[in-house]
Parts: sequence; C-alpha cells; structure tokens
Amino acid sequence: MKELMIILLSSVFVNNYVLSRFLGICPFLGVSKKLGPAVGMGISVTAVMLLASAVTWPIQRLLLDRLGLGYLQTVLFILVIAALVQMLELMLARFSPALHRSLGVYLPLITTNCAVLGVAINNINDGFTFVQSIVSALGCGLGFLLAMVLFAGLRSRIDESEIPRPFRGLAATLIAASFISLAFMGFAGIVDKLFA
Amino acid sequence: MKKNSNLSVLTRGILKENPVFILILGTCPTLAVTTDVFGAFGMGIAAMLVLICSNVLISLLRRVIPNNVRIPCYIVIIAGFVTIVKLLVQAYLPALYDMLGVYLDLITVNCIILGRAEIFAGKNSVGKSALDGIGMGVGFTLALTAMAVVREVLGKASFAGIAIPVLQSYKIGFLATAPGGMLVYGLLIALVYVLTSGKGPMKKSFSCAGCPSAGFCRAGGCDASGENADATNAKEGA
Repeated sequence: MKELMIILLSSVFVNNYVLSRFLGICPFLGVSKKLGPAVGMGISVTAVMLLASAVTWPIQRLLLDRLGLGYLQTVLFILVIAALVQMLELMLARFSPALHRSLGVYLPLITTNCAVLGVAINNINDGFTFVQSIVSALGCGLGFLLAMVLFAGLRSRIDESEIPRPFRGLAATLIAASFISLAFMGFAGIVDKLFA
Repeated sequence: MKKNSNLSVLTRGILKENPVFILILGTCPTLAVTTDVFGAFGMGIAAMLVLICSNVLISLLRRVIPNNVRIPCYIVIIAGFVTIVKLLVQAYLPALYDMLGVYLDLITVNCIILGRAEIFAGKNSVGKSALDGIGMGVGFTLALTAMAVVREVLGKASFAGIAIPVLQSYKIGFLATAPGGMLVYGLLIALVYVLTSGKGPMKKSFSCAGCPSAGFCRAGGCDASGENADATNAKEGA
C-alpha cells in the first residue's frame, strides 16, 4: 500500500508528466486557454491513460514477452491506444450522450498524445506490476489534470496583459509554464521524506 | 522563388517554416532531450530518418489509403519506421539509446511527422515529399541542436559531454532543468520571431493549425482550430 502511495504521489507531483517529463505538451499548451476545456481534456486523458495501461500491460507481459516479439511494442501499443480511443468514443456516444457532448471532442486528440503512449511504455520499462501500472497511470493522469487546471488559471491573466510583440502568444505562454514547472520542482524529495 | 518549387520545399523547413520555432510542432522532444548536444543532435537525425521514410511511403500510398482511416494508417507506417530506427540506434549507438530512452519510442507520436504526413505527404508527389522530409528534418535537427547548445553550454558548462573549463564557475544550472528548458524555448521563439521580422506564418498563439489531430478534430476540440487548419491545408495543398 505504502509503495502504491509513493508511486501515486510521485507521479502527480514530483515526476509530473507535463511539467518535469515533458510529455503531453501539445494539449497542455493547446487546450489550456479556458478552464472548462482544460478540465475536460484532463479527465479524458486520465480515463484513456487508465484504460491504455490496463490493456497494454497484459499485451506486453502475456503476449509479446512470451512470444519474444518485444520489438512490436511501439506499433502494437499505438494501435491499441488508437482503437481504445475510438471504442471509448463510440461507447460514450451510445450510452451517455451527455458525457459524450462534454468530453467527446477531446477524445480524438488523445490518440496522438505522447503522454498516453509514454505511460504505457514507461510502465513496462519501470518493471511495474499490473496494479502498480494502474496506480501510476492514475497518478500521471491526475498530474496532467492538475497542471492543466493550474495553467488555465494563469493563462487567462497572460491574455489580458500587454506583452512586447515578439513575446506575444506562445513565447510568453512557455515562459509562464516554466514558472509553474519551477514551482513543481519544490516537490522534489517530499514524497520520499513523507514515507521515510 | 516559386511558391512550391523544389528548392523552396527543401529550404522552407529550415527557418521560414521551422517546425520547432515557427510551426511549434514536436514540443515534447524539443524540451526533453535538449540538455545535451549529442542527444539533441541524435534525436534530430533519428526523427529526420523516420520523417523522410514515412513521407516517401505515405506519398507513394496516398492514392491507396482510404481518406477515412488515413490517420491510423499513417500512425502504423510511422510506428514501423520508428521501430526500425530504434533497433538501429540500440545496436550501433547504445550511448544515444540510453540517453533518449522513451523519447525514441515517442517519435511515433511526434507532431512533426504526423503533421507533415497529413499536411504535405498525403497530397504531394514522392520527390517533393522526400525533399519536404529532408528540409523539415534539418530544421528540426538544427532547432534541437541550437536549443541544446544554449542549455548545455550555459547550464552545464560543457559541449556534447566535453567540459568547457573556462565556464565552469559561471554555469547557470537552472537552464539544464525542466523549467529552464521551457524558458529557453520561449526566449528562442521570441528571438526567431525577431530574426524573421515576423514574416513567417507566426501564429498568434498555439492553435490546431499545425497539430496532426486537426485533420479529425474539426468538431472543435481546441478553440479556433477549424479555420486555421483549413487555411494551412489549403496553402500547403496548392
């Protein structure tokens, strides 16, 4: 249990996928202009990460490892993620139109979100068990959501301020992201101390 | 110079439509692997190889791939080439393989490669697509290397792993960390804007225009995506 808590907290705060590992930067910069879409995107990414980890881990351990087909990892994982996203979208549309209306638009974007493929591959590379993989996926998703929400708040202020011409737009946005990332560096070491 | 001449297709990726600083694609590797010049250069070359191969193959197959399922097809083609490049790097450059780690796999979902497939290779001849791949690949490599030079020389006082004695007591460790990467990227984007005197197709802010997902998220995932993406496609496809 303690170990799972460490995995969860460190993937939310210390090794935040967006702010310290630089995965999923595109949606982080692209969909963080307003709070509503930022939350929607964050929740969708969390759901897909959980699903993707739950499916890719057995594929790797029970199929690829046994058959000695490890080199097919990248191709198979991305295919599985693409198929999962499609299925999730179809199922949402069928069973929960309300949820589909609010989250559906973000789903197609997630296929090419490197954070999702990153979680799936990192789970294997780090040698996690099935349960650990799920917890780590949950942590990464929540970390992504947290970063999106924090950044959406900050960004609305950037858009209102008078910025020198060359810095307008993405340059200022990245510099602001740099400050949030700096704040998250403060979490380094906390998790280990917490459970020491 | 003609808009779509071979020369302009080849050269525009280098500065005018630099994938990293102007089109703002491939941000993840740009931030993640640029703490070391060797790693950044290797990443650039690896991505360039994948980009050229996938551009050529996608261009060859552009009349065969059904429009509705083109994105999954592109992704599988790209993932195949990524696996080939990954195995080659693992076999011949183990040091680089360790340095790039998971980011080597993640070339698969690099926006530049899928973006060029969607915007250019799916609509243009094989020769032009190859030139586009080379141009964009060189632009990506140069941008990564430029960023890595700033971050490694100033942040770690070394160049491609070799220490620079003069700078040892002046290093700015912050630049080699994660927030430093974002700061340097932001500053370089502003610098490139000044250098191109704002003539490039600089976007006011990030939008879906360059994002590969734009092709199938016109429904409006990110705001104001549709018109920009259409404009870019129309311009490129002409």
